[in-house]
Amino acid sequence: MTETTTQPALRLQDIVKTFPGVRALDGVSFEVMPGEVHALLGENGAGKSTLMKVLAGMYQPDEGLIFIGGGQVRVANPMEAKAQGIVLIHQELSLAPEMSAAENIYLGELPCKSFGRVDWKALYARSNAILERLRCRFRADALVADLSIANQQMVEIARALTVDARVVIFDEPTASLTDAEKVVLFDIITDLKAQGVGIVYISHRMDEIFTLSDRITVLRDGAYRGTLTTAETDEDAVTRLMIGRSLDLSQRVAAGEVGEVVLEARGLSCAPLYEDVSFQVRAGEVVGFYGLVGAGRTEIAETLFGLRTPNAGTILIDGKEVTIGSPQDAIRLGISLVPENRKEQGLVLGMNCRDNMTLPQVGDLTTGPFVSGGAEVSIFDQYRDRLAIKTPSWRQPVGFLSGGNQQKIVIGKWLSMQPRVLIVDEPTRGIDVGSKSEIHNLIRQLAGQGYAVIVISSEMPEVLHVADRIVAMYHGRVMRSFNAGEVTEDSLVQAISGIGNGKAA
Amino acid sequence: MSTTNATTPGPAAAPLRWLMRNPIWGFVLIIFVFFSLATDHFFDIRNFQNIMVQTSTIGLIALGMTLVMINGNIDLSVGATLALAAAFAVDVQSWAMFATWGNWQIFPAVCAALLVGIALGALNGFIVWKTGVDAFIVTLGAMLGIRGLVFVYTGESSFYAMNFAYSDFSALSIGPLPVLALIFLACTLAVHLLLSRTVHGRNAYAVGGNREAAINAGIRVGPHMMVNFMIIGFLAALSGVLLSTQMGAATPNLGRDYELWVITAVVLGGTKLTGGKGDIIGTFGGVLAIGILRNGMNLMQVPAFYVYVILGSILIAVLFLDKQFNRRTQGGLRL
Repeated sequence: MTETTTQPALRLQDIVKTFPGVRALDGVSFEVMPGEVHALLGENGAGKSTLMKVLAGMYQPDEGLIFIGGGQVRVANPMEAKAQGIVLIHQELSLAPEMSAAENIYLGELPCKSFGRVDWKALYARSNAILERLRCRFRADALVADLSIANQQMVEIARALTVDARVVIFDEPTASLTDAEKVVLFDIITDLKAQGVGIVYISHRMDEIFTLSDRITVLRDGAYRGTLTTAETDEDAVTRLMIGRSLDLSQRVAAGEVGEVVLEARGLSCAPLYEDVSFQVRAGEVVGFYGLVGAGRTEIAETLFGLRTPNAGTILIDGKEVTIGSPQDAIRLGISLVPENRKEQGLVLGMNCRDNMTLPQVGDLTTGPFVSGGAEVSIFDQYRDRLAIKTPSWRQPVGFLSGGNQQKIVIGKWLSMQPRVLIVDEPTRGIDVGSKSEIHNLIRQLAGQGYAVIVISSEMPEVLHVADRIVAMYHGRVMRSFNAGEVTEDSLVQAISGIGNGKAA
Repeated sequence: MSTTNATTPGPAAAPLRWLMRNPIWGFVLIIFVFFSLATDHFFDIRNFQNIMVQTSTIGLIALGMTLVMINGNIDLSVGATLALAAAFAVDVQSWAMFATWGNWQIFPAVCAALLVGIALGALNGFIVWKTGVDAFIVTLGAMLGIRGLVFVYTGESSFYAMNFAYSDFSALSIGPLPVLALIFLACTLAVHLLLSRTVHGRNAYAVGGNREAAINAGIRVGPHMMVNFMIIGFLAALSGVLLSTQMGAATPNLGRDYELWVITAVVLGGTKLTGGKGDIIGTFGGVLAIGILRNGMNLMQVPAFYVYVILGSILIAVLFLDKQFNRRTQGGLRL
């Protein structure tokens, strides 16, 4: 650590936070000096968000110490964090849309006159002053619902400026901003920095980190991996630290023969989510879609499954053009989707394992007017054995299973439909490390059995591990596509960060 | 169902576990014993027949409400639908074109009433499906609108059944069972099988449990919900027909507050307002609980207003206990 005479604005020491089955933070240390922009980097699931929630008082660490301005503190809840001058600007906006910007800025701390009446004059005057400082063009009495997303984010930032902030944490602040708005945001950050505020800046975008930050700290798998001084390092060094482990591809399950093209997209567009996307998936291969959150990958999957209507382009199955207007169409064509969010989109948590697994095909398992429970159980047994699902009984509600077993139920649900194309969106999100490799091997095996598989992932080791080909996406466009043998981690990171986008696929 | 490889609990524990899952039946048992001991006239076959006939009206609608509520919807328009169907049933049989049909004039009248119920249910369901407006709002509007139509149709006065065969129907019995009770029991069995054994029933739980997952599984959620609204419309109309046979008339205020009684019965039976959970066995228990309470307190000559107070308290108490109980059993479930 660099020894300086000034105390850090904020220092974390050996923070440990565990959730059932997951060690989300494993002895992480981190500090921000006053007037410093300290970037925090790591892949999805590396522990950045958890760390920030510990800082903001939303989570209590199991072990470790927090120092603010040199003194040790306990941050029991978000109000206390705010009182200590720690302000978190959320990635997801948490505003009340039917209230004015001013009311949102001072939510919970509205200036009062006697008898608890709101001092509207003071409220608007103060809010307008802050908005002017942020160079916002809207007035404080504007309804938040009427503001653009970028302006809503400004309201969120304005809220942070009402307190005397020592540390401001920006969590992916540019995700929804245009380039012009980004410039304004960077000016604000520079202003704050000049005032001696410590800034924690979380982002995936290398270019932003290198323009803004003074130091960069990298997390991986919940552990601290090192801190670099921005001026003395380069993107390669940061990328190496982020990815870390050398990938052992020798252990990966060999796929079988690659067959004919099963699914093809030509110039598929669903503006503004993604545009002009073309790719092919062959029987027996895994195609990985890699990119940042918001790059349009999930939306492509939803289009293929009939949940979105494309506004241009064609989808071909076995070389024949098809229209997929609904999930029913997709299922009939043999396309199945294991969604990103299994609890919200994939499973009926209160329902038992068997019923969840047979849900899409229960209409074909009838004798007379009634569902044949026996036929259902035999399908369940078959896929429980094939996928090694651990559950005491088919009667167990799926909500009680572990994440890995829940995911297997969703996969089993679709395999039992005998699909040709299996789309798996974020296959291992929220699944512990041990089950991850099991799911990865399963995906490889499925390709080996002749399924055409698409895997969407935000985790580089995952795509490198499972995919035969990788399609790198950035901002709704395909930047490059790689064969598994020729890809390098640097080129992947660059492709999905929008660096060197001259090379088309 | 030849294979059961799950571990079955010990035989002694089984009835107890069943009661834990269906606490309303424990409550039914308690009040049954209580009223049997507390009053002279409760434990009597004729009183039981009474209870069955009295509960059949609310009970029939509660069957449909269970389906709709498992979907995560609700139908507030059932009382008004009941009144409109009853008005049709009594009025159509006296139309001039059926004057020479003798007792057969009842047939087109009942058909008209049931069709009205199905059509109104279809309308509710269609609006919920196509507009995405919450079922509470849609059927609240329908409740007001249909009740208005009843008053327009009847001209604010009652219709009386001129064919005595119609009003005699309610007094018929097969063996010890009154026909009205028999119809209710038959419908209960049918809806129970529909819900527990058919694809439609399975889909009902999926739609209510996680609508997005149901869509992703290829279930056509809109049409599915519409069918359930048609079923409850049919059952409300049937209930209206049976009620008008009991009274020999259809009054414009028939079925007022029925939606509240029905929802109370269904919720007492363990169906969740949020959807995804519930069954007909519970609903049947909820219906019986209300029927026995009203009957028993009436026999004890408790003034009717107190019945409301007590039922309201019991509703809240039962749901509170259910919540406590479920929180404990679902401790490991992170939803």
